[in-house]
Amino acid sequence: MLTCKDFLNELSDFLDDTLDPQIRAELHKHVEECPNCWVILDTTQRTIKVYKGLEPQAIPTDIHSRLMAALQKKMAATPKH
Amino acid sequence: MVAAEQIDELALVDAARAGDAAAFSELVEKYERKIYRLAKHITQNDEDAEDVLQESFLKAYTHLDSFHGDSKFYTWLVRIAVNEALMKLRKRKSDKTVSLDEPQDTGEDLVAREIAVWDDDPEKKFSRDELGEILDEAVQSLKPSFRTVFVLRDIEELSTEDTAVTLGISVPAVKSRLLRARLQLREKLTRYFKRKGDDVFAYM
Repeated sequence: MLTCKDFLNELSDFLDDTLDPQIRAELHKHVEECPNCWVILDTTQRTIKVYKGLEPQAIPTDIHSRLMAALQKKMAATPKH
Repeated sequence: MVAAEQIDELALVDAARAGDAAAFSELVEKYERKIYRLAKHITQNDEDAEDVLQESFLKAYTHLDSFHGDSKFYTWLVRIAVNEALMKLRKRKSDKTVSLDEPQDTGEDLVAREIAVWDDDPEKKFSRDELGEILDEAVQSLKPSFRTVFVLRDIEELSTEDTAVTLGISVPAVKSRLLRARLQLREKLTRYFKRKGDDVFAYM
């Protein structure tokens, strides 16, 4: 019989779907019967989703300009071939 | 990334390697936002993040010949950027505790304290800026060894293996830290996202 602790230990692999099918099925069964673990599974899954969906913001123009200037300097100093 | 896009990218890298400055600029424009975000997450400092951004692309340009196309260009670039960012972090903290080689966790520290159901669409309760701040703050509160793993795996979406190679740690260490990072973030976000009036165990 799996415990909540077992579930917590395997949670990341469960979410990444990298578990052996038999363990996965047992964990699935545990979640269906344990409301606390269901909440932890649901909220952890949503935590990951909210971060994965984040688009990087545009970088400040001055930072971009300084980057391009540094690169141009480098390219001029070390021409390839 | 779809295969065709990857081929286009390799063509860009080849052109850049042959001295085509415009091709390299295109690669910079494509990835500068992600590299800057990564640098900020790891260094937690604007000035260091800008240095990391510059150093990473300058090094990538200098060492383009050593990129053989056996990984994605982005994965290769991230590896350079992470090394630069970790060096900055260690220097800034001048603190030997910023170590990525920690002993394996035993599992004793695994806990889930806040158990509350979230709103159906909790993100909608906040403006884009507010949400960004909440998410950033939560990541910044993680300790460096957890933060770097989380950023690489769940924000930059590197594989477990690439994350391990990038950080020079084992696959089990990546997994163990990722689990802890995810659980800690879950706890922090629960404070903002939980359904009103629905507190610990209230749903049972």
